[in-house]
Amino acid sequence: MTQQFYVSPEQLMKDRADFARKGIARGRSVVVISCEEGIALVAENPSPSLHKIGEIYDKIAFAAVGKYNEFESLRQAGVRYADIRGYSYDREDVTARGLASVYAQSLGAVFTAEQKPFEVELAVAEVGSSQADDHLYRLTFDGSIADEKGFIVMGGQADKVAETVEGGWQRELNFAGAIRLAMKGLVTDKEAGELPASALEVAVLDRGSEGTRGSRRAFRRLGDDEIAALLSEEN
Amino acid sequence: MQDTTANQVAANATSSFTEHLQRNRPGLLPYNQPFPAALAGTGSQPLQAPHATTIVSLTYDGGVLMAGDRRATMGNVIASRHIEKVFPADRYSVLGIAGTAGIAIDLTRLFQVELEHYEKIEATMLSLEGKANRLGAMIRGNLPMAMQGLAVVPLFAGFDLPAGVGRLFSYDVTGGRYEEQEHHAVGSGSVFARGSLKKLWRPGLSREESVAVAVEALYDAADDDSATGGPDPVRQLWPVVYTVDRSGARRVPDHDLAAVAGTIIEARTSARREA
Repeated sequence: MTQQFYVSPEQLMKDRADFARKGIARGRSVVVISCEEGIALVAENPSPSLHKIGEIYDKIAFAAVGKYNEFESLRQAGVRYADIRGYSYDREDVTARGLASVYAQSLGAVFTAEQKPFEVELAVAEVGSSQADDHLYRLTFDGSIADEKGFIVMGGQADKVAETVEGGWQRELNFAGAIRLAMKGLVTDKEAGELPASALEVAVLDRGSEGTRGSRRAFRRLGDDEIAALLSEEN
Repeated sequence: MQDTTANQVAANATSSFTEHLQRNRPGLLPYNQPFPAALAGTGSQPLQAPHATTIVSLTYDGGVLMAGDRRATMGNVIASRHIEKVFPADRYSVLGIAGTAGIAIDLTRLFQVELEHYEKIEATMLSLEGKANRLGAMIRGNLPMAMQGLAVVPLFAGFDLPAGVGRLFSYDVTGGRYEEQEHHAVGSGSVFARGSLKKLWRPGLSREESVAVAVEALYDAADDDSATGGPDPVRQLWPVVYTVDRSGARRVPDHDLAAVAGTIIEARTSARREA
């Protein structure tokens, strides 16, 4: 008969956390920046169809790093949660705070109860009518939740990228400025000074979508041409 | 099939909001409620609930239009003068509803969420045919209620992006889906509206002309059907009109409709004839 060894809960949690951190550190980074025109979400992602950034609801977007199958199932669960809530109450009653707390609970439950923790880190962003009403939540693999101001950087080289983004961030940035700043952050650990538009996945939550596009859905994915145009724009 | 994890995951993967509700929250579906036949009233005395009336739809050069009057009736009483019965389903399609208003409005909401849900999960839009089929399935789901007198009959129109044309679809209470050519109408005043459309519609209408045709068809329906409301200059109430073309679904603003309705009323007044 095999001997069962005693492992202290502290050790168990530490091992799980180390395991999850290692998984996340392998991934490429994602940057979410709140700016004057709304919220810009920028990911380094060479695939045009396997997205790291997604629309959850009218004003809410999702960004993730880590294992694709794990964050994709969380994204779909988020869309279902938001749609059921909006359908049974009202569209206004769907908030990033509610969604983030559901994510925190499921990540926490998986971390303690399942065979292995999710190797993901999520950001839930909600655009408000003014910059002060924007909400950015960061969720980590163990279910911790943090309410961030201004920007979120997640992924492998998050510390280095965050340093660059923090240096350049200001409230008055427009989308072009925010996306350029995110790109500057993402290339800090690269030899080449920039990334081609095709290696970036960019989406925005447009603060004035009702006025400019006549749509209550603020989320908009930018095509390669648009990204290239915004990156080359000078200000 | 073996009950493996992989099979379970595959079986649970759905992009349909309705399917998800059916599995996990069946109580939220507008149909599917246990509804004893005794409560629905007998055949001679149907349950009194507001009914939505006439919807017309027609194609024009480069798109399709849908319009609905603003009246809901309950027996011989006008239940609402302000009801709106034409809704955008998503960016490239609209639907109009006739029948039991309460269920129809909830079905519309469900259909709107269904399309948006699919788009978000799959990161691509459903094809126009796919949308029309989904709506048919929902109407079929409502069949038990329809048997008790609470029927919903929609009209669905949208712009087919790959084909570059506007198309329209009608339904029966069993969920049967029929693609219509040129124009169609549903609801209590549809007989009169359809007669009017046959005379007024012609190929190659412009968007502005088609708005005038739709408003006039509704005017004719209201003339002969007591359950259909005509343009109301006293309360400044005009039909709800949506057009769908390559750039998406747009609602025709009230001041345009006021002008169109004004022209029709003026022309009919000056003719000094019975119709």
